[in-house]
Amino acid sequence: MTDVYDTAATVSAVRAAAAMIAGHKAELTRLDQAIGDGDHGENLARGFHAVLVKLESAAPATPADALKLVATTLISTVGGASGPLYGTAFLRASTALAGAAELTPELVAAALAAARDGVVARGKAEPGDKTMVDALGPAAEAARAAADGGGGVREVLAAAADAAARGSEATVPLQARKGRASYLGERSVGHVDPGSRSTAYLLASFAAGATGAADDSDRS
Amino acid sequence: MKKLINNPSDVAAESLAGMGLAHPDLLRVHTDPACAVRVDAPVAGKVALVSGGGSGHEPLHAGFVGPGMLDAAVPGAVFTSPTPDQVQAAVAAVDGGAGVLLLVKNYTGDVLNFEMAAELAAAEGVAVETVVVDDDVAVQDSTYTAGRRGVAGTVLVEKIAGAAAARGDDLAAVAGIARRVVGATRTMGVALTACTVPHSGTPSFELGEQEIEIGIGIHGEPGRERRPLVPADELVRLLLDPVLADLPFEDGDRVLLLVNGMGATPLSELYVAYRAARGVLDGRGVTVERSLVGNYTTALDMAGCSVTLLRLDDELRDLWDAPVHTAALRWGA
Repeated sequence: MTDVYDTAATVSAVRAAAAMIAGHKAELTRLDQAIGDGDHGENLARGFHAVLVKLESAAPATPADALKLVATTLISTVGGASGPLYGTAFLRASTALAGAAELTPELVAAALAAARDGVVARGKAEPGDKTMVDALGPAAEAARAAADGGGGVREVLAAAADAAARGSEATVPLQARKGRASYLGERSVGHVDPGSRSTAYLLASFAAGATGAADDSDRS
Repeated sequence: MKKLINNPSDVAAESLAGMGLAHPDLLRVHTDPACAVRVDAPVAGKVALVSGGGSGHEPLHAGFVGPGMLDAAVPGAVFTSPTPDQVQAAVAAVDGGAGVLLLVKNYTGDVLNFEMAAELAAAEGVAVETVVVDDDVAVQDSTYTAGRRGVAGTVLVEKIAGAAAARGDDLAAVAGIARRVVGATRTMGVALTACTVPHSGTPSFELGEQEIEIGIGIHGEPGRERRPLVPADELVRLLLDPVLADLPFEDGDRVLLLVNGMGATPLSELYVAYRAARGVLDGRGVTVERSLVGNYTTALDMAGCSVTLLRLDDELRDLWDAPVHTAALRWGA
């Protein structure tokens, strides 16, 4: 079975991510109401809706182009902390992919590492601060391990998505040290960090996209 | 929850549009990207001041655009920081050749978006300085948090820095004045009720009928501690004690006292709080030289108030007294 993750697959994964965020908008808002200000679902959904609108008239030439469109759109439509942070993540991932026509395991691992480094540089959060870094960090490490272990694009993205989901769950007992939840002190303990949850959803969408692309290639 | 709105997602834009229509002599409202710009901008040779942040804190910030204060305000969605392209558009509209000072409340989203905007503006050759306001003493340990928040003291920074720009100070000097005000300003707030964000429709947290939340920010986020309601005099003392101890303000200090309403507390109660604050300050030998009482930095329909002290010297007092003409603050002009 071949893993083909080309521009079309990337665009379809972006669309799936938009649907995923829209579908979980209320949940993300509820999580954010518990320890933040209750706008994460609304803001991210607005941003990804704008991405869908842009995709109607734009034709990304490469996977990097598609991710860059996501980045610039999120930066100009989301606001809050998640706008610059997700914007930076997608922008760095796009840069790491450069002009490649399709993703390789190595490129996926490099893109996730670049995304994580960008988010850390922009937001200055460290692992364990109860932020999206707690999902993105483990995802980047899992992707690197899977790529080094000879996994295909499908395995690498699935490993990243799994690690992100586990990392997000692992934020529950943490006390927030960055972002608005940090003002709650000990009261932030016992809740999932909303940013880590949305990161897990986005990576799950990209992993599902890899499955779809592979299925398509199986039929051809 | 009954609200005077059309569509929850249109509140910020429609409110800004209304402000523009009400004050055509002061403001020019831009849409896409949204910002409110002083009607005579850019003012040649004057340092321009741009502030912004989530909507829902009105009159902050658009209500403070005009001669003697801000050149532009950049509102985001309700309780959501504006985006870098909005800030960049505002900077481009007001830059009069003497540089632009960005005044940012210390909230992660605001800081990140203004930081990206400052990078973009600098890349276009505009001289930009940023001053972050963090007057909220409720956040004690900045090592384990995103740091102290910028709250009602922001109004004092915008007024005084605006006066410094109006008298012709250069960018470094205006930024220096702004930092001095930040350094001498401390605030503490209390919520009697939570607020309701239009698109969620439910209160941001639950407070019992006889409960108050001490140390709140201005976005409906819970505060430092929850306790039973106490009479106004005692409540104001609970707010002022940490404010006084933090700078610290001492016997013989001269201050500006701001009692700020959070949006749903009547002015009569704010004056009850002001009276209480004067009692505490008199007892400490702190002289109130200037006062401001009203709803200046709100959190939608939250009930409650914050108390801000700014330690004055002659220069800061003169800059405070200098003429200002904005929708929400006007004297001498």
